[in-house]
Amino acid sequence: MAAQPIDRDVKPEWRDALVDLLFQLADDDLLVAFRGSEWLGLAPHVEEDVALSSLAQDEMGHAAMYFGLLESLGLGSRDDLAHLRPVAERRNAIMVELKNGPGTYLEQPHYDWAFTIARAFCYDVMESLRLERLKSSSYVPLRDVARKISGEEKYHLLHHQIWIRRMALDPDAKTRLQAAFHRVAQDAGDLGSTGAHTAILEESGLLPDASGLTRAWQDQVQEFLSLQGLSWTPVRETSTGRLGKHTKDLEDALDTLSEVYRSDPLARW
Amino acid sequence: MEPTDSLQYQQFMERINRGDRIEAEDWMPDDYRQQLIRLISMHGISEIMGALPEKEWVPKAPTLFRKLAIMAKVQDEMGHGQLLIRVAEDLMAPLGKNREDLMEDLFTGRLKFHNVFHMATPTWADAGVIGWLVDGAAIITQGMSLSCSYGPYARALARIVEEEGFHIQHGESICMELAEGTPVQRQMLQESLERWWPALLMFFGPPEGNQLSTHQQKNLDYKIRSKTNEELRQKFLTKYVPRIRSLGLVIPDPTLSQDPVTKVWQYAQPDWTLFRQIVNNQGPRSQARLGLRQMSYQEGQWVRRVLAMTTPAAV
Repeated sequence: MAAQPIDRDVKPEWRDALVDLLFQLADDDLLVAFRGSEWLGLAPHVEEDVALSSLAQDEMGHAAMYFGLLESLGLGSRDDLAHLRPVAERRNAIMVELKNGPGTYLEQPHYDWAFTIARAFCYDVMESLRLERLKSSSYVPLRDVARKISGEEKYHLLHHQIWIRRMALDPDAKTRLQAAFHRVAQDAGDLGSTGAHTAILEESGLLPDASGLTRAWQDQVQEFLSLQGLSWTPVRETSTGRLGKHTKDLEDALDTLSEVYRSDPLARW
Repeated sequence: MEPTDSLQYQQFMERINRGDRIEAEDWMPDDYRQQLIRLISMHGISEIMGALPEKEWVPKAPTLFRKLAIMAKVQDEMGHGQLLIRVAEDLMAPLGKNREDLMEDLFTGRLKFHNVFHMATPTWADAGVIGWLVDGAAIITQGMSLSCSYGPYARALARIVEEEGFHIQHGESICMELAEGTPVQRQMLQESLERWWPALLMFFGPPEGNQLSTHQQKNLDYKIRSKTNEELRQKFLTKYVPRIRSLGLVIPDPTLSQDPVTKVWQYAQPDWTLFRQIVNNQGPRSQARLGLRQMSYQEGQWVRRVLAMTTPAAV
């Protein structure tokens, strides 16, 4: 049975689940965009630099839309939500917060291209599955955003699939990519988790089939990789990041992305 | 080099003087080609090196809106670099050179990049000043080059200049917000202007006086450029001095004045010895940025190798 559409007023017992879900979506995209923006000017070739920046801009735009939905629920300004919330309140998956390489974007980055592609692909598969479900969310404002975003995400997935196909044809690149997927899998357990309110998300129709995400995602990743002769290390679902448990990488990322805003949150920037 | 009295050369000069556009596959004298390669590869590589100083503020941009805007802005600069390098690559092809050679020339110091991109960007205000005034200076030079006799460069510039127009608005918007903001924000902006002022004057190159360099003269004769360094700098001052002052900023040059009759600006000369050091990669951030560029280039080598492989037939 299709859930009753919710235009504005969310039942009080569903509200926490909605807010938590929106933070998961917003925080995921914010971190994906942030990590993408760190690559700017450092990609392996100029054409890819331009392409990668478009993807990061899309994700930043999506994060802004999700934070906008939270703002309209009365949780505070979207910039406060994006920049000032402490680590323990962040709901993004661990995988998206991990840094691009051992250094920072300013000093000795040593960014890892294979890791970047492997992670982006895994994230894009999850995002497309999640958006597919959100397109029929009972919460109308979220459903509208999901419909708007889906069109762009198709191209993100395509971009990373092309890279993987290409890299899988070269023995050295394939080895690097395989190692990268292995590394990504180690921290991907919470990517398909929807946190503390999964049952309510399903019952309310806010995110239909929330509990089926990890499985659907793994099937799809595994299928694509095996076609390229790559293997996937199966992961068990955890809830780490979705419950606010994060790594030092997120702490550092938040320090950087909010450095200017935090210097005076009352000022106009 | 072709003798200047050869028929081919004379026909070429007739085309130049008629205002014809020269295309990549047309015959051209060697020194015309060399001047273009020199100019366009320097311009292209400057766009790519120029992404780095602003990029330092991209992940830190204060709001979601500013983050989006500055990402798009720096992406444009990389895009301009790509466009220009493609134009330079066409010119270098008959000489058996490609963009790998350009990168090597950058790392060995043979290929210079613009003085402004060697400077430090310690605060968010620098991101605003670059967008507003550095791009403002660039649009004056590039606006002149829209009439360049080499068609591919002129067409690339038409697109670049249009996008630079947005960049100036983007930079001006950051600067206006700071100028109208808290005392700390206003001070941040004033200090940034003071930091950038000499570099902005240097942007156009040393004043010629009565003596044009060989390169300058050739570029004027070939209609690759149509104005001198000093003419461009005067244009910049006329356009931006009133705007800078209207934001309540103080330009760090008490001698700056415009002659009410001739409209010529008097200004304190920046240190041209320092300018030469800067463009020879001895500026405050020259080595750090070259190091970053070189590291990312070398570490991306395996990726470019994969891309260069022949694609197997589709199955």
